[in-house]
Amino acid sequence: MSTIRVKVGLASCGVAAGAMEVYHVLADYEKTGADIDLQKTACIGMCFEEPIVELSGGELGKLSLGKVDPAQIIGLVEDYQKGVLPPANIILAEKHNAKHNELLAGQYRIVLRNCGVIDPKSIEDYEDHGGYTALKKALSMQPASIIDEVKASGLRGRGGAGFSTGQKWSLAAREKAKKKYVVCNADEGDPGAFMDRSTLEGDPHNVIEGMIIGAYAMGADEGYIYCRAEYPMAIQHLKIAIEAAEKKGYLGKKIMGSDFSFDLHIKEGAGAFVCGEETALMQSIEGKRGMPTIRPPYPAASGLWGCPTNINNVETWANVTWIINHSANEFRKIGTDKSPGTKVFALAGKIAGSGLIEVPMGIPLKDIIYKVGGGMKTDKPFKAVQMGGPSGGCIPASLLDTIVDYDSINATGAIMGSGGMVVMDTGTCMVDVARFFLNFTQNESCGKCTFCRIGTKRMLEILTRITEGKGEMEDIQRLEDLSTNIIKGSLCGLGQTAPNPVLTTLRYFRDEYIAHIQDKRCPAGVCTSLLKYEIIPDKCIGCTACARKCPVSCISGAVKQVHVIDQDKCIKCGACFKACKFDAISKG
Amino acid sequence: MEQDLTLLDAIIAKFRGKHGILIPLLQEVQHTLGYLSRDAMRYVSESLQIPSADIYGVATFYSMFKLKAQGKHIIRVCKGTACHVSDADGIKEALRTELGLGDDEDTTSDMKFTLMEVACLGCCSLAPVIMVDDTTYGTLTPESIKGILERYASGEES
Repeated sequence: MSTIRVKVGLASCGVAAGAMEVYHVLADYEKTGADIDLQKTACIGMCFEEPIVELSGGELGKLSLGKVDPAQIIGLVEDYQKGVLPPANIILAEKHNAKHNELLAGQYRIVLRNCGVIDPKSIEDYEDHGGYTALKKALSMQPASIIDEVKASGLRGRGGAGFSTGQKWSLAAREKAKKKYVVCNADEGDPGAFMDRSTLEGDPHNVIEGMIIGAYAMGADEGYIYCRAEYPMAIQHLKIAIEAAEKKGYLGKKIMGSDFSFDLHIKEGAGAFVCGEETALMQSIEGKRGMPTIRPPYPAASGLWGCPTNINNVETWANVTWIINHSANEFRKIGTDKSPGTKVFALAGKIAGSGLIEVPMGIPLKDIIYKVGGGMKTDKPFKAVQMGGPSGGCIPASLLDTIVDYDSINATGAIMGSGGMVVMDTGTCMVDVARFFLNFTQNESCGKCTFCRIGTKRMLEILTRITEGKGEMEDIQRLEDLSTNIIKGSLCGLGQTAPNPVLTTLRYFRDEYIAHIQDKRCPAGVCTSLLKYEIIPDKCIGCTACARKCPVSCISGAVKQVHVIDQDKCIKCGACFKACKFDAISKG
Repeated sequence: MEQDLTLLDAIIAKFRGKHGILIPLLQEVQHTLGYLSRDAMRYVSESLQIPSADIYGVATFYSMFKLKAQGKHIIRVCKGTACHVSDADGIKEALRTELGLGDDEDTTSDMKFTLMEVACLGCCSLAPVIMVDDTTYGTLTPESIKGILERYASGEES
């Protein structure tokens, strides 16, 4: 009998779902002399099925198992060893008929090719999967031809704005300076986004190798990875990876026998969303308050400590090795003409297959949601998908044929953003969502520009009173005026895009705003102040369950008689609604 | 409570003479003392000849820096988009009730727990999520909060 390879997905989301317990059970099992080769890997992408274990090396071939119970894992491994298939409902994908094959079929993995495959803490594992071959090839090329190749690939910045990466590199390369820096922006702050976390946790070397190649091409000898402190595992994996790369001579002096030297450091963020903006990020690396500065000068001319600096997002860096190894031509075969390649998205919210996906550009949104994402989580129908976080917007059902590329998404009023996609169903109130994002940007505004500092505050106040039923019709015009002024009067991307969630919801869901203002009603039943709980006389059997739960004793009625809620006393806590077993209480 | 500021000397020595150090320096100071007290900031300012206004400016800009004493365990409630649409508010209410926190309080009177909100923990597929110290708990319901807190209160997790 051959040794069975057992891989456990131990990224942050896997661990939160209990994967560590599964790993410990397997580790104890291995110690008893069982013929298994236990390995750790990171994010496999199907977060909704965590904990995930992959078995291979047996006659059944490779099998991925989902929602693995620590109490059953040994049995599953033993069965696999004997060639017995586990129950169909836990097999996720691969050769056999499995429930999620369709989810994987629509994907194309460049950035995530090693995630969930290799052990992210092992540089040898990365090398076995073609790691550091792109660096070797790049070092044999002229720096200018590397930049030409990246330009020819048409790669655009994956942080959201979509500027040509090759162009950006040539701007920094052109500068004559003794000292230049490259920076990786891993300050993934958008709520609802976890692409960069998963990439760094799952394949840190791929990002590091991309940065070394970029530094060589642009003539930089020092680099920083600016990572959020909220991502402890990503930071730990990066530290291990940098140390290993230094030992192997991929980082440090005279890399791989060439004359090129490069040092890489990690800078931990300290909790400020605005630091994702490149000028603020550099201020933060310099140890100052992370407030944006006026451009020009652009970082390519004067960045960190006044030196020419090139900043790219994690996902952008993670594309570089593939392009060098496979050529710009191959890269252009994927995606669309103006947006070649793939895009990683973090699917979350009311979708069945929440997790990490990588799809070719040009795929329609509806295919992402209904094919790759497996459709909606519950019976409630699709209402909108939020793209681009607090800088983005909500795309309604009528626009689901929109294809994913920078220009098409921009046309809807949302932005591609870094890749967070939060799916919302009819149980989500769009005014509440707009208020949620405004609350976020208002908290995170650094306060430098007046319109961003005070304008977002005023917008938040207006949205709050609308959700409380105290809005007036003129408020809609006020929101639109404030939006225009904030966009015009802000220095950086945070302020310039802050009104987007309000503008897109006003554009596509204006009737919901009007329902809140004129009818004092929240159609989705979310805004507490506008809710009304009523007992449906036909369904009430007089069990008294609701009256006993009511914290303010505002429900009256005798046993086996229809009960009544006193609307004047009701605090709209919803306890009665949850307590009723006969669906006799309406909420709306 | 009187703090032993000489504990900071080793940290200060490590960073002396380097550039761009203020944030990691303050992170280590906070790690050692639990929070950034007025005295600690003044001590760093005098030792390294950094204007105390610069130190205070950085300390108040970043949400990670705390100017008040914190509880032994830090509970972070994720307020990201996915958690927001999955009733993160209900989770927060359950935590406040369970910890017996008043409206303006974020630390329990026995200094065991501090409750705070964070923008996004990046575990959106497991929403709603909270993080207690370095451990993330996902797919929560208001009912599941009690059991999690008990592990910490009883000292099972320390």
